[in-house]
Parts: sequence; C-alpha cells; structure tokens
Amino acid sequence: MSVLHEMPYLAVLVPLALAVVLAAGVRFWGNAAAWIALLGPLTGLAVGIASIGGGTAGTFTWIRVGQTVLRLGYDANALTVVMLLVVGVVASCVMVFSIGYMHGEKGYVRYYALLSLFTAAMAALVLAADLVSLFVGWELVGACSFLLIGFWYAKPSAAEAARKAFMVTRIGDAAMLLGMAVLWNATGTLELSAVLGKAATLAPGVATAAAICVLLGAVGKSAQFPLHIWLPDAMEGPTPVSALIHAATMVAAGVFLIARVWPLFEVAPAARGLALTLGTITALGAATVALAQRDIKKVLAWSTISQLGFMFAALGVGAWPVAIFHLVTHAAFKALLFLSAGSVIHGSGTQDLAEMGGLAKKMPLTAACWIAGVVSLAGIPPAAGFFSKDEVVASVLHAAPWAGVALFAASALTAAYAARATRLAFFGEPRGAKPAHESPWTMIAPLALLAVGALGLGFAGAPLAALLGHEAEPLSVPIAATAVSLALVGAFLGWRSARPEASADPRFAALTRAAYSGWGVDAFADRFVVRPATALARMADAMGDRLAIDGLAEGVATMASRVGGLLAEIQSGDGQWYAALMATGVVVLAAAAVWLVR
Amino acid sequence: MNTLVLSCALVAAGLYGVLTRRDLVAVLASIEVMLGGASLLLVAYAAPGVATAAAGQGYALLVLAVGAAEAAVGIALLVSLIRRGRTRSEDITEVRG
Repeated sequence: MSVLHEMPYLAVLVPLALAVVLAAGVRFWGNAAAWIALLGPLTGLAVGIASIGGGTAGTFTWIRVGQTVLRLGYDANALTVVMLLVVGVVASCVMVFSIGYMHGEKGYVRYYALLSLFTAAMAALVLAADLVSLFVGWELVGACSFLLIGFWYAKPSAAEAARKAFMVTRIGDAAMLLGMAVLWNATGTLELSAVLGKAATLAPGVATAAAICVLLGAVGKSAQFPLHIWLPDAMEGPTPVSALIHAATMVAAGVFLIARVWPLFEVAPAARGLALTLGTITALGAATVALAQRDIKKVLAWSTISQLGFMFAALGVGAWPVAIFHLVTHAAFKALLFLSAGSVIHGSGTQDLAEMGGLAKKMPLTAACWIAGVVSLAGIPPAAGFFSKDEVVASVLHAAPWAGVALFAASALTAAYAARATRLAFFGEPRGAKPAHESPWTMIAPLALLAVGALGLGFAGAPLAALLGHEAEPLSVPIAATAVSLALVGAFLGWRSARPEASADPRFAALTRAAYSGWGVDAFADRFVVRPATALARMADAMGDRLAIDGLAEGVATMASRVGGLLAEIQSGDGQWYAALMATGVVVLAAAAVWLVR
Repeated sequence: MNTLVLSCALVAAGLYGVLTRRDLVAVLASIEVMLGGASLLLVAYAAPGVATAAAGQGYALLVLAVGAAEAAVGIALLVSLIRRGRTRSEDITEVRG
C-alpha cells in the first residue's frame, strides 16, 4: 500500500475534516472560512489530476457478519475522475465567488462548512467503488442540498422549499435503495465491479427491475419529470449554491449514476426506453416553462431541468459517453450562468427580469461572461454547448427519430429563452429601482475561468470519449446545420418577443400563465399526492396516535388517579377510624394464623 | 372456660367502647375495661392447680401498674383538654407541644 494508492481517500477526508473544523469554530473563523474551505475542492482537484493517467482502486473491510463481508472503497477510473474534476473545479469557483456574494452574511462560516461537507459527500459519491458508499454520498449530498436551500431558514419560503426538495428526492432515494436490495439479492454483493460483472447473467426481469429502481433514484436526484418539481423551488437557496448543487454537480449525479452502472442498463431495454421517454418529455417541457419565467434564477432552474433531460435522452439511447460529455460542458456553462446571475443579483439587488434591463453598460464583465454562457447553452458554434448538444441530438435522432425531433424543438426553445433572458437583463432601458454596480474581482475571476470552459470545452469531446474508452461521434454536418439554424431562429424569436411586462404577449396570456406554473404539474402533485398523503397522515394521527396510543396512556393515568382517590379516603385523620382499621387487621391476621396453623 | 369467655367479652366490650364513644373520658374508661379483660385471662390461666408457673400473675401485676400509669397520664391530658373546653375525640386533629 503506497501513499499514492491511499491518496484518493483524501478527496473525501480532507473536505470532511475541514467541514468539522469550520463547524467547530463557527464564531471563530470569520472571513478566513472561505480560504480554509477552498482546500477541500483543491484536494479533490489534485487527486483527480494525479489519477487521470492510471486508474487506482482500493477497498477495506467495513463490516463482517458471519459469511457476509461488506467492503467499502474507492475506484478512480476514467469516468469517476472526470466527474471528480468537474466537482473540484466548480466547487472551487463557487467557493471563491461566494467570498464576495456572501460577504457580511450571517452564517458565513456555517455556509462554508456546509459547502465543505457537500464537497466531501460529492467526492464520496463519485469515487465510491460500491453501492453502499455511493448511497451514503448520495444521501449526504441530498442532506447538504436541504441545508443549503434552507440556508436562510428564517424565511418561510426557503424552509418550505428545503422540505419540498428533501421529500421529493426521497421518493427517488427509496426506489434506489430498493434497487440496491434487488441487486444484493441477485448477486450477493454491492461492490460495483462485481455487480456489473454479473449484470449480463441476471434474469431479464431482475435486471429490468433493478435498473428501473436505479433510474427512479436518478430521476429524483436529477429533477426529471415527474419528480422535477423540487428544483425550481430550490432557487430559494443562495445563488452560488444553486450553481454548485442545483446545476453542475448534485443534480448531474443521476446521469453519472446511470453511466456508472451502465452494464446493468445494457441488459434492461425497458429502463433505457423509460429514460429516453422521461428525458425527452423533460427536455421539451422544461424548455417551454423556462420561456415564461420572470425570475432570472427560475429561468436557469428550468433550463437545468431541460438540459438534464437532454442527458437522460442520450442515456436512453445508450450514448452514455455523450451524456457525460454534455454533463461536463453543462457543468461549465450552467455554473457560469448561475454565477453570472448571482453577480447580477448582487449588483442590481433584484432577481426579477422585469426590474433589470440595460445592465450590460453597468456590469460589462458580468455581461460578457453571461453571454459566453448563453452562447454555449444555446448551442452556437464554436462554444462547448454546440458540440455536446449536437452529439446528444445526433445520437438520439439516430436511435429514436421522434425523440430527436423533440430535442431539436427543445434546442430551438433553449436558444429562445436564453436570448429572452439576456435581452431582458442586460439590454434595453434600465428599469431597476437602484443603480447597479460591477462585482468585485473575487466574483469575476471564477466567472472568467468558467467562461473559458464554457467556450472551449467543446474541443475536449474527442479526448474525453477516448478517456472513457469510446469513439467520438463524428460531427454530422446536416444535423449540426439544422440545430444551429433552429437555434438562431429560436434566439431571434426569443429576442423579438422579450417584453419586461408580466405577460409576454397579451394574445398568449393564458398559455403563458400555464407555462409559468410549469404546466400544472405542481398543482397536480399537490392535488393527487400531497393532499391524499396529508389526509392519510391526519387519519393515522387521529386513529393510531390520539385514539390508541394517547388513549392507552391517558387511560392508565386516569385509572391510577381514581384508585389513588379511593385510597385517599382511608386517610381521614380520625384516630378512632385508624384504631378500627387496626383492630380489623389484627382480627384478620389472627383468623388467618388460626386457619393456617389448624 | 368461663373465664376465657368472660375475658373475651370484656376485651370486645372495651374495644367497642374505644371505637364508638366520642367522649374521651369514656374512651379512657373503655381502655381500662380492655386491660381488665386481658389481666383476668392472665390471672385465670396462672391459678394454682391450672399452671405450674406463676409468671402470669406477675404479668397481671405489671399490666395493672402500666394501666395505672397510663390512666394517670391520660387523665392529666384530659384535664388539660377539659380546661380548653375540648373533650370529644374529633376535637383532636393534631397534637403539638
């Protein structure tokens, strides 16, 4: 066991230790917290860079029960290292950005402690060599997401959003746990290499059941239809958190998970079909919703859901390296967009697109970074988003033309909402109540770094595919040309129709309202899931808790009190009454003695 | 046999008096009746020709002495109470120096 061999553990242990250290000195660290926390993702980055060449893996025995041995460990293969690098870069950028964004915020150290804990959990999830440690990381990132969405816990809407995110993703997590149980039952192990090695020998029904359970877990975490409803609400958290957790890393974990257990999906066509269907619905549906949003962060949230839908569609047709490519470019440009939005919010003091306008003059650097992100998001060459999205659309179109056409439409809509948000925020007449100002360098520097990624990562496609052991898809000129022209048309229409008023166009007021509310999925879930569940809980409370348990407890108490009352009557304070009782006692004892001695 | 019945009757009558009479003088007298009943039994069963030892007669004398002492203390307390105008058992709810 060389030191180098043990090194990947540091990617988890260092940020974890930093989180503990920061949490222990919440009143002590002050502004130093950011720089302390930054050591965590930098360690992750160092481990990732060191592991690029050769994959290492290591395990240790955690629990031994009879014949059953539970081993935990890490596996630094090409896929996990790529993901670790994404996490490291984005987390570092977000931590530096937050120095300015969260400056003077109450709970500054707590914020960085949670970011550190999240980095540790994400590294654990990514590097896990077995489903147990993967699940531990999976749940921990969910917990960090809950705590950071509810960072401003005194605000009722933030607390509510945190609860909602936790509950909705819980549905997926339960399914994933079930999938793990199925795999354990079928293969007798949860180590990924062993499970995946045996995937081809599984009975088709078992493989399908396990794959669908894992897919549902990914759907919950990656906010895919119909479990997407938590992500727009999650925007209640601080904007850098949205960039890190709800755009670049945690929500992409679902895509990563499916790619990680790909051999299982290889033998489960039904699960692949489900992923394609859900992904396509999500990509198209969420793009239409993003077009109607007024809050700059909500636009980006729905855009994230839509882009994750693209990745799921790519997974559904078996093109997992393409999905990972899009994951990487999306992490760069969406983190960039969220952080730019954070800079805009910081500088203008509002999140409402209707109250922005003309910010390009006041915040030129932020505007330039935002436009780099938007160009990448809309898929305009030669930005990164163009290459990855083109590969996604091409591979989907090849396998399932209907879904490919839907993704073309979604691409056009993507360009439309991106152009609309850009025009409303940065161009036209200023509509803000107070004058905007450019952000400090700690906020601009991470933006610049991410902008380079968002524009340049497209050329990493071929090396990435080679690293993952696949041929890069050659660029298909007709498809690329169609996609780009659709994007340009979409962007033009989005730009034209951008209006700061509440409704985009009076002719489509009803349609806009419906899209604004996310096509009523939230209302549907509230009506048919939340309310019945609440009613059931109320019934259980009334029948089980209050009637049976409280009744039993209170009955015992009442009985004791009544018996006590009866016995208290004896203690009358009358000496003769006591004497009479004593005499009775003597007579009874004497009689008993006589009867016994007889 | 007759003395046994008589002594039991005396104790029972005394007990009845102790438990039922509200007048403390009567209660004290009833206690004396009970003591008499018990003493009678001791003397009767220690009579010459009935028992070989005379210990019972000694005990009877002891009971008389204790009874006299008890009566003296009791009557002293009663006199003190009567001076305060309280002679019934329900009057006494607490005893304090």
